[in-house]
Amino acid sequence: MRRVATAVTAIGLLAASAAVISCNKKPSVSRSNAEIYGQVSGGPHALPPAAASPADDGNWTMPGKDYASTRFSGLNQITPGNIGKLALSFTFSTGTTHGYEAPPLVVNGTMYLITPWPNELYALDLTKPGAPQKWVFKPMPAAASQGVACCGTVNRGAVYDAGKIFFNTLDGQTIAVDANSGKQVWRTQLGDIQKGETITMAPLVAGGKVLVGNSGGEMGVRGWLAALDEGSGKLAWRAYHTGPDKDVLIGPRFKPFYPMDRGKDLGVKSWGPDEWKIGGGPMWGWISYDPATKTIYYGTGNPGPWNADQRPGDNKWSTGVFARDVNTGEALWFYQTVPHDLFDHDDINETILADIPWKGGRLPALLRPARDGFFYVMDRRTGQVLSATPYGYMNGYKGVDLKTGRIAFNPDKEPKPGRITRDICPAAPGMKDWNPSAFSPVTGLVYMAHHNLCMDMIPQPANYISGTPYVGADVKMYGGPGGYRGVLTAWDPLAHKAVWEFKEDLPLWSPVLATAGGLVFYGTLDGWFKALDARTGKLLWQFKAGSGIIGQPISYRGPDGRQYIAVVAGVGGWAGGIVDGKLDARDPTAALGFANAVKDLPSKTTPGGMLYVFTLPR
Amino acid sequence: MSSPCRASLLILAACGLTLAACDREEHHSRSKPVGETVPAGESPDTIFPGGSEAPPLDARAKLYDNNANAISAGQTLYTQMNCVGCHAHGGGGMGPPLMDDEWRYGGRIDQIAATIAEGRPNGMPSWRGKLTEDQIWDLAAYVRSLSGLPSKDAVSSRTEGMSGPTPQTLTPKPKPTNSDAAQQ
Repeated sequence: MRRVATAVTAIGLLAASAAVISCNKKPSVSRSNAEIYGQVSGGPHALPPAAASPADDGNWTMPGKDYASTRFSGLNQITPGNIGKLALSFTFSTGTTHGYEAPPLVVNGTMYLITPWPNELYALDLTKPGAPQKWVFKPMPAAASQGVACCGTVNRGAVYDAGKIFFNTLDGQTIAVDANSGKQVWRTQLGDIQKGETITMAPLVAGGKVLVGNSGGEMGVRGWLAALDEGSGKLAWRAYHTGPDKDVLIGPRFKPFYPMDRGKDLGVKSWGPDEWKIGGGPMWGWISYDPATKTIYYGTGNPGPWNADQRPGDNKWSTGVFARDVNTGEALWFYQTVPHDLFDHDDINETILADIPWKGGRLPALLRPARDGFFYVMDRRTGQVLSATPYGYMNGYKGVDLKTGRIAFNPDKEPKPGRITRDICPAAPGMKDWNPSAFSPVTGLVYMAHHNLCMDMIPQPANYISGTPYVGADVKMYGGPGGYRGVLTAWDPLAHKAVWEFKEDLPLWSPVLATAGGLVFYGTLDGWFKALDARTGKLLWQFKAGSGIIGQPISYRGPDGRQYIAVVAGVGGWAGGIVDGKLDARDPTAALGFANAVKDLPSKTTPGGMLYVFTLPR
Repeated sequence: MSSPCRASLLILAACGLTLAACDREEHHSRSKPVGETVPAGESPDTIFPGGSEAPPLDARAKLYDNNANAISAGQTLYTQMNCVGCHAHGGGGMGPPLMDDEWRYGGRIDQIAATIAEGRPNGMPSWRGKLTEDQIWDLAAYVRSLSGLPSKDAVSSRTEGMSGPTPQTLTPKPKPTNSDAAQQ
């Protein structure tokens, strides 16, 4: 116990000195979170790779915080000891009342907010009292795009790089805006709403490319990831997730680890005739980047339709993880997490880069809390699965065979037309959906906000009509065993177990923030913004916001040198659609079955779109 | 007149009365080609300036509203045309719910038919030219039935699928709101 306390103090001192250093001069890239926190801890736990996780400079420039996707803030003024005094500093109404999933960005004294459709970009001046608006950029996306967005008109964030803010619009555009003036630099149309394509993800800027994928796994789209030139917005490459190898950018450098992922044109052959053309496999989640190898890592979405009998085969390259060369887009390896997905278990969740202790040294790994309910630890050089451990209650799968890499379905839970398959766990939104976890190099733990939901499912014939849904299933969701619907889990990726859990009545749809001060922040669907002790999971502080929270909390250093915590409250998305979409839960299949699981939510929160920023009193 | 004869007359008379009450079972010819005409529903919640009034209910409405055949045909189309993907079995999702008592663009059957034919600006597709006029009216009849407004002897007593909402024969009939238009 005393040793832990000493370590914490030492971490605090080190982090504080790092903070002082970066206050006085430009942040040094040579310092990394691995160096800062690795030395102190002696390195018995996972650490983010140095090149992908520099020391905190007080800004928050991309949703994942860094290329390793840690969502970890190195700031440590706010601690378990003083968080009781954390108080509201200022607020800002975004003028929208639909699901707000994005994080605020903070760059050198300016905060940027990107709203759900109509995707307006606000710049707030943090150097002035009350953070007045500097400018707003209104891209005017097509109103009709709201009708082809499966799960709310959400936007998962903007990204800052080299003087520009990059973001996507619901109607399929990527836009670069000058971060100082708010004037458009370029815009590129990538998606087509007539085909059911929208864009909801946050772009990632890496290696001079702006990386963007499409949404629409419920609309019969053909999934892709595109790279635009950062300076001009011109298309550099586009990799499809179905179809012939040349479209998928599979060539001589492609070396999948498992035989099941090897073969020519599997993106055509692992489908019925022509089904790959409308087979889904979109990319609407998170990308990570290893600057040391210039490799991006990301997962692909579910195949369509949900009625799996209409698409015999493994349905490649849906529901798996790709490693690609950022310059050319060439695929380096692929691992299909769920071949022939049965339950809408998109694999687009965050991929955390971590170097883990391994046979006396360190192994470059990926940590992937996947929607199918397994926490995957993978070798990021090869795509080999080192471990796959369920992190919640599961009966839809029996396990993952580490020799073949193949997941085993539970035959009792395979939905078949003409009969109801009941009590499938986890449900369609998975053990955890898109809402990313945080990884602390201080504790070596991954903090995941996730669900405990099960479902009944009956496949129905799906009829492809472009621009309309291509789902083919009735689903009804409800809480899983144990009497809770959500849980914040602190997961030890090396011991393959939860260190602590904090259970929540409602499903959790909010991303997580971890800080060097030893805190974990997240929000609930009914609007509580909470801080837990990162080591013990004890609830230390909470604040009731005006609407449910599905937005990502961040931490930044203000121009006054103080640490701030910011989050936007605005319920919506798939989980909160019952509130902002005014859905009627007398029909349990509303919101593709989610409404039934959150019938009580409309009595607990109302729509909103308000930024809340907190700090300690002077 | 012998008594058996009187009895059969009575039966005939009873049958006649029953049939007269059976609008719900009425069939009608459906042969209009695609896109020939579309309903022109206007919102009842709007302002009619200069003392004018809401237009009368479209003459075709009575062929479809409260008609079991139309509602049943509409129910089939509702799934086949993927309405169910957005609006679920009335509870909504990508699109708004249809079983509640709020009608954004009017709850009269001719207004619902106009919404289906023309589409609406926040994402409702336009089905003009993709469905026949009859199909659009059938769908409108079914969509309106989801709200519980039509009479219970016309709607289906079973739901589609396993876990849909309560059968329509059992859903409570709501009080008509302004948007349902007093004309019905």
